[in-house]
Amino acid sequence: MEETIMDIDLREKEEYIINMGPQHPSTHGVLRFETCLQGERVKYLIPHCGYIHRGIEKMCEHLTYPQLVHLTDRMDYLSAHINNEAVALCVEKAMDVEVSDRVKYIRTIFAELTRIASHQLWWSAFGMDLGALTTFFYGLRDREKILDIFEETTGSRLTQSYITPGGLMADVHPNFQKRIKEFIKDFRKKLPEYDQLLTGNIIFRERTKGIGIMSKADAIDYGVTGPSGRGSGFHCDIRKIAPYSAYPFVKFNEITLVDGDTYARYLVRMKEMWESLNILEQLVDNIPQGKIMLELKAIKAPKGEYYQRVETARGELGVYIVSDGAPSPARIKFRSPNFSNLFIINKLAAGHKIADLVAISGSLDLVIPDIDR
Amino acid sequence: MYDFTSLIDSITTSLNRNFSPFWAGTISMMLLGIVLLLFYAVLGLYLVYAERKICARMQNRMGPNRVGPMGLFQTIADLIKLLLKELIFIRNADNFLFNIAPFIVIVASIMAIGSLPFAKGLQAVDLNIGVLYILAISSMGVIGILIAGWASNSKYSVIGAMRSGAQVISYELSVGLALLCIITFAGSMQFSEIISSQKDGWWIFKGHIPAMIAFVIYLIAGTAETNRGPFDLAEAESELTAGFHTEYSGIKFAFFFLAEYMNMFIIAAIATTMFLGGWLPFHLFQWHGFNRIMDFIPPLFWFFGKTAFVIYVMMWFKWTFPRLRIDQLLALEWKYLLPINLMNLVLIAFLTLMQWHF
Amino acid sequence: MALLKTIKEIGNYFYEIYDGVTSLVRGMKVTGSYFVRPRSIVTQQYPENRDTLKMFDNFKGELMLTHDENNQHSCNVCNTCARKCPNGSIEIIYKKVEGADGRSKKILDKYIYHLETCSFCGLCVPACDELALKFDQKFEHAVFDRSTLTKVLNKPGSSSKASKE
Repeated sequence: MEETIMDIDLREKEEYIINMGPQHPSTHGVLRFETCLQGERVKYLIPHCGYIHRGIEKMCEHLTYPQLVHLTDRMDYLSAHINNEAVALCVEKAMDVEVSDRVKYIRTIFAELTRIASHQLWWSAFGMDLGALTTFFYGLRDREKILDIFEETTGSRLTQSYITPGGLMADVHPNFQKRIKEFIKDFRKKLPEYDQLLTGNIIFRERTKGIGIMSKADAIDYGVTGPSGRGSGFHCDIRKIAPYSAYPFVKFNEITLVDGDTYARYLVRMKEMWESLNILEQLVDNIPQGKIMLELKAIKAPKGEYYQRVETARGELGVYIVSDGAPSPARIKFRSPNFSNLFIINKLAAGHKIADLVAISGSLDLVIPDIDR
Repeated sequence: MYDFTSLIDSITTSLNRNFSPFWAGTISMMLLGIVLLLFYAVLGLYLVYAERKICARMQNRMGPNRVGPMGLFQTIADLIKLLLKELIFIRNADNFLFNIAPFIVIVASIMAIGSLPFAKGLQAVDLNIGVLYILAISSMGVIGILIAGWASNSKYSVIGAMRSGAQVISYELSVGLALLCIITFAGSMQFSEIISSQKDGWWIFKGHIPAMIAFVIYLIAGTAETNRGPFDLAEAESELTAGFHTEYSGIKFAFFFLAEYMNMFIIAAIATTMFLGGWLPFHLFQWHGFNRIMDFIPPLFWFFGKTAFVIYVMMWFKWTFPRLRIDQLLALEWKYLLPINLMNLVLIAFLTLMQWHF
Repeated sequence: MALLKTIKEIGNYFYEIYDGVTSLVRGMKVTGSYFVRPRSIVTQQYPENRDTLKMFDNFKGELMLTHDENNQHSCNVCNTCARKCPNGSIEIIYKKVEGADGRSKKILDKYIYHLETCSFCGLCVPACDELALKFDQKFEHAVFDRSTLTKVLNKPGSSSKASKE
């Protein structure tokens, strides 16, 4: 049997174990990397999660379905809308109701905006980790426009709890379409600047090409989905495999590259931002009229087990509800993408230098509250 | 304003007339020391302020603007804060070496400032081996860094200090060779002679392509010498370790910080003197009217203006590029900069012999 | 053939240098272009611009009971908002009085809102049939004493429209 990380004897000689974390200087969150170094190289790496475990799944057991939506915002807070959408779709699947087309279009528009915002923040933090400190400000400056769109309609910038089982909490603001069109026009001009600043830069290329190569077999074994998996050739885009909401109505490409190194994962996310802009353009002018909220007497899932998967900005989020007919779930379980993406880091970082470890963990784009829930 | 030789002469003669030679010499040296130290401290403070404002403008924000008008007193407030901090003493650390390390770095830096030509006649000591003296002094700064890392008794500091030491020693070669190109053109190592050889045009224009290549190499190697910009992994590796000055706090840390900014100033000042004509104004061909207008601006402003431009370019490097890893950094020096430098030097020697420069 | 290979390698060496330097210059152009455009500064000078700072209309700042010009609010103590709140941030204290038709009715005594535990999910506002609740646009919630975060939302001396008093 293959030797797993737990079989390694920690008492070997000439090893030097240091802890990166739980408080990082970079922006990843509370995660501890127990790194074993030999000189400059990393021998192996044990990640310790659980520092921000809040018991979300247990808390959901005594809340009704509309009430537990606001807790899912706080799991992967950078793709908050998509998390809400996952729960909403699962409950609607359980109750066997279908929302109007207007709701589907608006949900997808918000999901794509969230994806772009999440990738912008990832780009800012990644550049900053590698030492290019200006990228932090450029990415966040452009993200403010998306947060303004969110704030105008839903009232919050980060944790919105706007998409609920049955539809949406409120109708969109009249300025919605205008702001999105302005944003698309503006961001199409800014993205080439991002490329000029970081992607083509020779220092950046030297630091990310050939680092942390993940093979397709490894990606499938560890369950690495999202842009990290697609950088290795694993076709795992849920929007293509099992389309939901308005994705059957739009045409877009699934971005996959085969190199599997940090640079490939970086490029996948940059290209996904372009694709999201295309999707937004297709949707924003054609939102049909319709009802915002279904009139349901009570939101109760009938007895049984239901599963729904969606594509967040980081990978495949799965919502599994076991219900016994009550207004609250008997057990709700989230298959979080970051939890599966995290544990491949030992395989990727072994043999590389300390400075590469930062680049690799930045390219995997981990959001720690999603790992611990 | 245009010629300081008469001012300096009058001060020296009045001192010699009123005091014995021993006291005259001592008092003049004390005056010089006070002026240089004040200049060093004030310039260091305002370089930090300038960096914060420049990087803020590149990042679409404003920089400090609350402490004092336009934030001018921000660094003074930071200095007061650093002075009031507790000086942490480390158990099992070599106390003597630990305390002396920041002083070595600062002393090396001040000694280098003393030999720069600021304006005509305003040069503290005009050695006839000026360039060699500055290169030798900057090598002393490395000792301070290595001692700081070693005496901190911490594995991270030692790793950081070793890396920084390797980096500085490698890039000194490139700095020296790039300066050697200009010495070959000018024929002397004395600063005043190099400046007077640029009276009919700056070496960067007279030496056309090889001098420009030498200038670019000098800039890159200069930023690496001072642990700045994309080569700052020894100190900004806050990803994991924090470099050789982790264990320092309060005024000792302020010394390292100040010395880094002043080293940047020294590198820029040497670039100005050798490549950009020092305190000489910008003359275009034989346009007398234009040249007279340029002559009207005092040489002190020319010197500081050109140095400010070079400092701005160095700050531009820092805030745009990601960091290099240590092996990439050393590979850049030994595989790219050094061969190009050597080829350039041979080319320049050939050009000087054939008088094929302007 | 070996000579050709060497020439190609030397050519490659110089091409790499050229490619590297141009990519660096392109990056510098981007930052330089922002340096010379002071109008691209996006910072807002916060405490000085309070007069002109306005949040969006839908901004979820703080919960409040709407009072009209006669100091009347619309709460009829149906307790729906307190039931919908996921973490008990709304406590309604009422007293029973004899109504005009002899039946006992509930009158709002204190509408307690715990700002420190509110998660701004917004389930309470659409739950109210009388449209009594609204989100205010205040965003400066930092206080020195945590007990001041427990707010009583019905203003002193106010009465309820729904109770027809």
